[in-house]
Amino acid sequence: MKPVAYTRTAIALHWLTAALILAALPLGLTLTELALSPTKLKLYAWHKWLGVTVFALVVLRVVWRLTHPAPPLPASIPAWQQRAAHVLHGLLYLLMLAIPLSGWLMSSAKGFQTVYLGVLPIPDLLAKDAALAETLAALHTWLNYSLIALLLAHVGAALKHQLIDRDAVLGRMLPGLRKH
Amino acid sequence: MKRFVLILLLPLSLAVQAAPFDQVRLDQSRLGFVSKQMAVPVEGQFRRFDVRLHFDPARPQAAQARIDIDLASIDAGSKEANEEVVGKNWFNVREFPTARFVATGLKPLGGERYEVRGTLSIKGKSREVAAPFSFRPVGGQGVFEGGFTLKRLDFGIGEGPWGDTGIVADDVQIKFRIVAGSAKPARKP
Repeated sequence: MKPVAYTRTAIALHWLTAALILAALPLGLTLTELALSPTKLKLYAWHKWLGVTVFALVVLRVVWRLTHPAPPLPASIPAWQQRAAHVLHGLLYLLMLAIPLSGWLMSSAKGFQTVYLGVLPIPDLLAKDAALAETLAALHTWLNYSLIALLLAHVGAALKHQLIDRDAVLGRMLPGLRKH
Repeated sequence: MKRFVLILLLPLSLAVQAAPFDQVRLDQSRLGFVSKQMAVPVEGQFRRFDVRLHFDPARPQAAQARIDIDLASIDAGSKEANEEVVGKNWFNVREFPTARFVATGLKPLGGERYEVRGTLSIKGKSREVAAPFSFRPVGGQGVFEGGFTLKRLDFGIGEGPWGDTGIVADDVQIKFRIVAGSAKPARKP
């Protein structure tokens, strides 16, 4: 018998990364607008710590996903939509890894090492380089706007399945929704 | 022949060693610091400063040193930090454009190690500081390298909201490298 839902671990990792991303993303958007202040330095550190945590969790998620297959989508969903869902999920994984990486590289290029939780220094791969920092900042921004667009599609599709199609898609990730 | 050359060179080498180092090569000298922001070490430096130095390895205790630092020449690690730290809460360069260190004493610590003591004046406040350093002759020039820990709040550097040492640490590591040559022809020992 095929599983009807994701494993408890997969569900926990999904919602945990979702919560952390929903904290890191608006924080990052706000930071670019703030003038330099002690608060800004503190928020910058928190933003980076969130990013490092997301990266570590997503690595875990990818390993978990490769060893624990996802529950199948309902057969009522057309093949092209199933393919689109897989592509979207793949891109989300890619961005969840690429965004923290680009942030870390940008920070190094700006001359600021990342010290996780204020105790664990993460080595700098890049030396200080103002021009490179600007390129990486643009990349970090662009990747995040892509993430926002894909997240809207992701959430929109989940809601469409739950509210319009009334199928079992969201129930795989929200066990409380499953009919007993 | 060998002995003859040695005898010839001996007084010369003594004379070279005895020449005081008093011609500072500012282009080869560096005045840097490392501050800690949210536990992250951030490198900085002052790009313009002047050093008056007189250091005779034969009489280190008689050494004299004075450093004048153009505080507006600070590079605190980023553009926005540079704009911030010249302001009132930090160095307030409009009122206090220069910092000054005047050596009051020098103590040999053995080998190439020494310690310089002196008065450091920043932002209208003066404090006694001591900095260990090494002195090495390199290709006819003297290289002085050392540093010390400055407590920024002793001088009111970073006041108001910036006084929170949980964000920017009170300890700032000062690092200097001063290169000086000799002007005077070698004195006879």
